[in-house]
Amino acid sequence: MNAIGKKKAVPILSVRDLKVHFTLSGTGLFGKERKLKAVDGINFDLFPGETLGIVGESGCGKSTLGRAILQLIPPTDGQVIWLGRDIVGAPHSAMQPLRRDLQIIFQDPLASLNPRMTIGEIIAEPLVTHKADLGKEEIKARVKRMMARVGLLPQMINRYPHEFSGGQCQRIGIARAMILEPKLIICDEPVSALDVSIQAQIVNLLQELQREFDLSLIFISHDLSIVRHICHRILVLYLGNVMELADRDSIYAAPKHPYTKALISAVPIPDPEIERNKERIVLTGDLPSPTNPPSGCVFRTRCPFAKDVCATDIPTVDTINDHHQVACHFHERM
Amino acid sequence: MTNHILNVENLRTRFQTPDGEVEAVNDVNFHIDPGETLGVVGESGSGKTQIFLAVMGLLAKNGKATGTVRYKDSDILNIPSRQLNKIRGVTMSMIFQDPMTSLNPFLKISKQMTEVLVEHRGMSEGDALKRAINMLDRVGIPGAAQRVHMYPHEFSGGMRQRVMIAMALLCDPEVLIADEPTTALDVTVQAQILDLLRDLKKDFNTAIVMITHDLGVVAGLCDRVMVMYGGRVIETGTVRDIFYDSHHPYTEGLLKSMPRIDTASEDSLFAIPGQPPNLQNLPQGCAYQERCDYVMDRCRAARPPLIGFDTGRASACFREDGQ
Repeated sequence: MNAIGKKKAVPILSVRDLKVHFTLSGTGLFGKERKLKAVDGINFDLFPGETLGIVGESGCGKSTLGRAILQLIPPTDGQVIWLGRDIVGAPHSAMQPLRRDLQIIFQDPLASLNPRMTIGEIIAEPLVTHKADLGKEEIKARVKRMMARVGLLPQMINRYPHEFSGGQCQRIGIARAMILEPKLIICDEPVSALDVSIQAQIVNLLQELQREFDLSLIFISHDLSIVRHICHRILVLYLGNVMELADRDSIYAAPKHPYTKALISAVPIPDPEIERNKERIVLTGDLPSPTNPPSGCVFRTRCPFAKDVCATDIPTVDTINDHHQVACHFHERM
Repeated sequence: MTNHILNVENLRTRFQTPDGEVEAVNDVNFHIDPGETLGVVGESGSGKTQIFLAVMGLLAKNGKATGTVRYKDSDILNIPSRQLNKIRGVTMSMIFQDPMTSLNPFLKISKQMTEVLVEHRGMSEGDALKRAINMLDRVGIPGAAQRVHMYPHEFSGGMRQRVMIAMALLCDPEVLIADEPTTALDVTVQAQILDLLRDLKKDFNTAIVMITHDLGVVAGLCDRVMVMYGGRVIETGTVRDIFYDSHHPYTEGLLKSMPRIDTASEDSLFAIPGQPPNLQNLPQGCAYQERCDYVMDRCRAARPPLIGFDTGRASACFREDGQ
């Protein structure tokens, strides 16, 4: 599947200038309120059958962005256009039918399952909520079919979540998300908590389901190796701002943003010769506090190439070509 | 006769649980020399952490360890904690995945760091504080002189991990055991911590044990590797042996199932089928049989022993003896 070909298609989801700002109460009795700009003006399109990776360090706003798209966190400003319609601020009654098509799976597979429900009840719940007219037998049959599809034995339908391993719990989460045959699943670090051998199983399952059901996926992750494997396009976030957005092949072969370069070069490669001899861009320090982001380019305090202009001017998101956008004053020299 | 700083022989750990006895570690043998980095690789439940909790005398109350753990010339397994405290945290230190579980949230960093120096080195409070600041500076904490007076919650995750490393290094340990020290950190911070460990090895000849599931980390840092599965060592060798000439099907599978950032692929990832084994209910024979592509009848009948076949090389698989 090629994301460039998809560009001519109509996007299933368009995010326009999306902002999520949280207000923090000040310290002390009369402390001044502070703004935390978790997501600060993000634009992208998502096409049918496409996987978009959202990467960045913890605290960059990637999970908040995912939840804001689903309206689980109300955006402060901007638009989330789902199938041609802006859903920001839509009332609960209008959102409810749309949720059939918009699902999410979480990082901690066990914590996201109700321990008092059997896995059959957990997987059936979306059907019971959204398709109340289905009979009991039909629901049970669909649940069993979906369990088999995601690699769970259907005879385990009456077991409880604690009886399953982490990988199996993630399969239960996927079955619950898939039971309504949604158009989009937001996967929030779905394999980070799993062992290496199990990660590959879950990644392959997601890719199979995508092909079978023409699913669009938003894959939120800090693991750039898995993202390279599963995603067609990649959005790099830093302190709630887009640093780079590009097709998989262009971003890994020729990253244009110093932050993307540093992220890619920091990932260890499981090959001693390559790992010990590769060139690395080492970032100093930690992520600055999002309540007090740097002026100009938010990345400048850790950027090895920062110049004076980076402290004063906010870089625009420049389009280099059809499938590559970058926000850096000096991307031409990268 | 040897210069092994740590030498472990026939180590076993057993836990009494309401559901019966669990053997978490079985017949583990290894050694480590000064300046050497040993990688210990395996999935959750493979026993990789329990080995070193046993070495440090930190097993849970229902656990019991047998075998020998020789630190320099003395056996330190199951010795009274008063004696063990002369070694642990002083010349042999351990750092953990989650720094918050090892730092006391109620005490300032200064108190937590100077305590060990006053206790073990007989330093004055003032000298101990100077050394603590010095060490925080060394691990790359900016403004160490001010930040030493802060509480753990005032540090970010990466900074807390550094504080823990600084604490572990206070008494110039000869052995540093690092249990998944970078798993919870972002890659950029992970790279900084790994650089720090490399410097330690270079500057102080520290022996490092790196317990991890990340083969990329092992490739960059370790000299030798020990692969664990189902509570046993199933393969061991130099880092080059393991990465370029692995003999055990599990090691092979692990290497193949790691997605790599330096290669693009449209195909599906190689996945080892099935689940890691349940230690309470291990099959007869090889623990990996259910997931192995090369399984033979004899793998189900008996457990393949760990057999050495070259200098420092060993693998526990029946494929090794001439099919």
